Amino acid sequence: MDSTFLLIFTFAIASLLGFELINKVPPTLHTPLMSGSNAISGITVVGALLCARSGEGLLSQLLAFLAIVFATINVVGGYVVTDRMLAAFKKKGKEK
Amino acid sequence: MVYLYLLATLLFVVGIKRLTSVKTCRQGNRISELGMLVAIVAVLAISGDGANWWIIVAGLLVGAGAGAYIARITKTTQMPEMVAALNGFGGVASALVAMAFLLIDPLLKDPDRSLIDTGLVNAISTPATILIGMVTLTGSFVAYFKLAGKKMAHPLSGAQRHMLHAALALGAIALGTWQVLTGSHTAMTVATILLALVAAALGVFLVMPIGGADMPVVVSLLNSYSGIAGAAAGFVINNPLLVVVGALVGTSGLILTQIMCKAMNRSLGNVLLGGMGEETVAKDAKDYKSIKSTTPEEVAMLLDGASSCIFVPGYGLAVAQAQHVVRELADLLQKRGCQVRYAIHPVAGRMPGHMNVLLAESDVPYDQLWEMDRINSDFKNTDVVIVVGANDVVNPAAREQTGPIAGMPILDVDQARTVVVIKRSLAPGYAGIKNPLFDLDNCLMVFLDAKEALEGMVKEVKDLK
Repeated sequence: MDSTFLLIFTFAIASLLGFELINKVPPTLHTPLMSGSNAISGITVVGALLCARSGEGLLSQLLAFLAIVFATINVVGGYVVTDRMLAAFKKKGKEK
Repeated sequence: MVYLYLLATLLFVVGIKRLTSVKTCRQGNRISELGMLVAIVAVLAISGDGANWWIIVAGLLVGAGAGAYIARITKTTQMPEMVAALNGFGGVASALVAMAFLLIDPLLKDPDRSLIDTGLVNAISTPATILIGMVTLTGSFVAYFKLAGKKMAHPLSGAQRHMLHAALALGAIALGTWQVLTGSHTAMTVATILLALVAAALGVFLVMPIGGADMPVVVSLLNSYSGIAGAAAGFVINNPLLVVVGALVGTSGLILTQIMCKAMNRSLGNVLLGGMGEETVAKDAKDYKSIKSTTPEEVAMLLDGASSCIFVPGYGLAVAQAQHVVRELADLLQKRGCQVRYAIHPVAGRMPGHMNVLLAESDVPYDQLWEMDRINSDFKNTDVVIVVGANDVVNPAAREQTGPIAGMPILDVDQARTVVVIKRSLAPGYAGIKNPLFDLDNCLMVFLDAKEALEGMVKEVKDLK
């Protein structure tokens, strides 16, 4: 099997998994969930890192650098914001 | 080493799953953070040879510093728009990856080769990533400004507007096709730049006409887009991790979008076409006939005789940072033997669940938070309802057959014996329309800042004996 087919295959299975994963969410968690999955969408940082090759032209290096910066802002900012949202729930847990 | 990709994926799946339950959500976020760390380590370990470490280290440091700084200075009330902005950054990163790879792809180093020679799927993925990524970027930032309360009106209306959108979409497809098929690398570069610009314009114009009240749905949808852009970038650079995780975020975002639409009793198509969204600016206070204004002192006297009270918190409460005072008042009333509950509309605040986060922050007990469906039939047996900075979610105009918010489920506060509305002015809410509730005989208005009004009530209730 060629690699493109495998990619399409994994894409299809992962999509189905995504549909099934979150069919039930308490409304309380809608915003944290959106924020948490937003942080995960920063996974594109992986692609950005792969583009930072030495020996390439200046323009591609610049594009790769910007991609890494923006994706990392998405990842780190997303996780910190989500954590702050969820911190409110932790306090509750301790009380109980 | 490639097994680290599998490990990262599993950590993301478990993390997302745990994020959907109150008990495990914090742990879930930690697991997903770990997944991201594993993913980054894995990709560096696998492709470390020939990597430009200066760029990698500098990029990660700058990004992490900026991200952590932005996230820390964000106030709790501003978190929804912050999610929108962060999402835009993710989108543009994917688009940049696709553009950078055009310069890196070994096959394209040969000037006689065109993008289509890299294989159909990879070739199509390049313009798709740029298109979706740029739409996500500009759309998210328009959503950011709208959530921050800035008004932005679409320059065109009606059929002209749809024609502009169709023209931009067709233009993007044409440019994408040109980018894929052209044999000249100069033409490919031109097509890439034009495509990015057209897509950016499309993102702006698509989100512009959508009304502020629908923005949560838009942000959720754009969140899904940034996942899909990531997956598409995965096809461009042939990376399975990017494809899998992008697809996961893409589809789970779609489900969340659907859940939100359901909460507002609207179809996604309706939202996107801007049905409710038209920013019809409401007429001013002269529209109201019989407004009765009152003071915190009088409300305290009203509460003295009340045996049941329901608070309806809205965005105004969040802006005034009044969540702690509201709890203080609730505790006082409870000590006096009054039953206290909070009615939470599915889209109270700016996002579903936003209000729960704010109230949890001030330690409001969970069992006092009632969702709309559970509490709506109880309003008619309630003595006093206090609406704090909410407007559209208690607007009886939603029960009409027509009108901008027709069909949106609302909290039936007008059925309570007395409704007290704390609101700074008669200005229209987020949906920009008049609220007939204020004209009703059983409705009293307190024209003060939410915190000021509630503090006044706390003081007066304490003085009651």
